[in-house]
Amino acid sequence: MNLVLLLSTALSSIGTNKLRASLTLLGIVIGVSSVIAMMAVGRGAQVSVTARISDLGTDLITVRPGAQAQRFAFFGGGGNSDVLSLEDAFALKDDVFAPDVRLIAPENSFSGTAAFGAENTFVNGVGVTAEYLEARNLVIASGRNISNVDVENISTVAVLGSETSKTLFGQRDPVGVTIKISGREFTVVGVIKSQQGTIFNPDSSVIVPITTVHYRLNNEKGLPDSISVSSINVLATSESTVDDARLDIATVLRLRHELAADDDDDFQITTQQDTIETLEGTQGTFVILLGSIAGISLLVGGIGVMNIMLVSVTERTREIGIRRAVGAKRRDILLQFVTEAVLMTFGGGIIGVLTGWAIAYFGNGATVAGDVIETAIETHIAVIALVVSVAVGLFFGIYPAVRAASLNPIEALRHE
Amino acid sequence: MTTTASTRVTVPVIELSNVSREFRMGTHVVTALDGINLIIERGEMVAIIGPSGSGKSTLMNTLGCLDQPSSGSFMLNGQDVSDLSDDQLAETRSRQLGFVFQSYNLLPRETALSNVELPLKYAGGLSGYERRLAARTALDRVGLTERYDHLPMQMSGGEQQRVGIARALVQNPALILADEPTGNLDTNSSAEVIEMLRSLNEQDGKTIVVVTHDTEVAEAMKRIVVFRDGRIVDDRAVVHASADSNDNTTESNQ
Ligand SMILES: Nc1ncnc2c1ncn2[C@@H]1O[C@H](COP(=O)(O)OP(=O)(O)OP(=O)(O)O)[C@@H](O)[C@H]1O
Ligand SMILES: [Mg+2]
Repeated sequence: MNLVLLLSTALSSIGTNKLRASLTLLGIVIGVSSVIAMMAVGRGAQVSVTARISDLGTDLITVRPGAQAQRFAFFGGGGNSDVLSLEDAFALKDDVFAPDVRLIAPENSFSGTAAFGAENTFVNGVGVTAEYLEARNLVIASGRNISNVDVENISTVAVLGSETSKTLFGQRDPVGVTIKISGREFTVVGVIKSQQGTIFNPDSSVIVPITTVHYRLNNEKGLPDSISVSSINVLATSESTVDDARLDIATVLRLRHELAADDDDDFQITTQQDTIETLEGTQGTFVILLGSIAGISLLVGGIGVMNIMLVSVTERTREIGIRRAVGAKRRDILLQFVTEAVLMTFGGGIIGVLTGWAIAYFGNGATVAGDVIETAIETHIAVIALVVSVAVGLFFGIYPAVRAASLNPIEALRHE
Repeated sequence: MTTTASTRVTVPVIELSNVSREFRMGTHVVTALDGINLIIERGEMVAIIGPSGSGKSTLMNTLGCLDQPSSGSFMLNGQDVSDLSDDQLAETRSRQLGFVFQSYNLLPRETALSNVELPLKYAGGLSGYERRLAARTALDRVGLTERYDHLPMQMSGGEQQRVGIARALVQNPALILADEPTGNLDTNSSAEVIEMLRSLNEQDGKTIVVVTHDTEVAEAMKRIVVFRDGRIVDDRAVVHASADSNDNTTESNQ
């Protein structure tokens, strides 16, 4: 029997029991559409996170104090205190030892409240130098940035994130107004442009000179160089020198911290690439998890197909006998039943892909439990899903088909 | 039956030599065919009769290549069928003979036309148009021109059996086998079907073997072979008033 005949025979057999075929199909449709939709959600999350991180610029390197793993802090360390100071930060801007570093922006974060009149709000405070905005890819919406003169003078000036500004001042321009940050008076000199949608949202922050945080908010003493920083943002001279810059930073800090050759670093250097890889790793696990849940429903769908095919073989024993009696070979019967199973799963697969795509398409941007769902539709996932659904049909169809083909024609003809 | 090729112009359609068929039921062995010798020449029209359980259907299944003998040889059109593979048997069924069943055995959801087309689909080699043309010709031959697109349940028993005959005819085989073709039919339909078979024999020269319980049907044939307990107990020619009896069917095969 040629392929066209095989397909038309299989189709007309499926057509004789449409309800049953549709229900069988439904199992595959649910399986495949959930594979497609879940993969789209998973990949969407991955893509958007990666995109947001890339927004920050892939030449950004972050240096944080402390050893890579906590246990090293107890033993090694050569008397170092796992602290990064402002002097460490400035030392990284060195044309001889760190030629691949373009810009450094130390920061010291604090949490506090900002108050104006009756309004007050919690803020993510950051003590910074003038370079902070450039390092973080931020721009001023109105007023001016914190200047390095402010840093030197330990000025009580502040630049507000757009959300903070909105909470305290509504639509009014806060520049020039005096507010209280953690009880101290500060003059607002600028507002940062909203960056809604990026992963490090600066909107609810307040930035002030890094020295002011140390001497005025924390009431500490000592020389400016000894001020400890919570992290140092470093920009490499270009994207391609990120790895070199990372080496420069490590060399300089190890020298400054007087680490012996076999001591571990007492700081951590993270590039944007590291962050992307880590996040993609976790999200990859998430995608695999979603995929396997969906895969299980596909498996259940496949078992449904097998069940129906077995019933069908029993019901159609006489038909098989008739076909064998007029010249069908075992192979013809085998192919007929396998084709029926594969047609059902393939049909289910196509409907499933379309349904899954529809879910992904209309679900893009929907809000579930406060989170915006983003989806990424990928053609290769659809192709894989179709191939898998055909494979499911083959796998679960073959056993019933073998049973059908191995029937003895005389006995099959006697079957009522 | 040891006739040489020089005296016989054509090979017999059917030549059974010492054919036995045993069914093993656990420890118990049923001998359905017990050393059958039978020659049926081209153009013969033979009735097989005998009591229930005497092995008639077993014989027909063997002749129809649906079953194979436990021992002995079966030559169909001069070819030894005994050791053909399963696929070769299927091919033989589709090309060399047509089988008509007591219970019609039509596919219930297919039209008369597509039921008749079925053997051609498995034989291959014809286009859809050619297949339908052949199926129509066969249905026309059995007088069912008006019933191409009817489903089996929309037809009378006699009509369904004629669809069955058309299906057996569609490949234009030399041999038509019918196991109790009138068993489910009333007298009128029965007569129609027998008339059909007679005309296929007389006009188209088909060799016809019919199993029947009905003596009238048997008497309408040219030769009667009687079975009992898996053996042939009688084999005689039927003398019709109108037919000239110059054939060679009088020889006994025992
Ligand atoms: N598949 C089988 N397994 C076991 N025994 C069988 C089988 N087929 C036939 N027989 C036995 O072989 C014998 C002959 O059976 P067969 O069907 O050929 O008889 P029959 O002459 O056609 O009878 P009827 O006139 O009732 O149709 C019977 O005893 C039957 O029980
Ligand atoms: Mg019988």
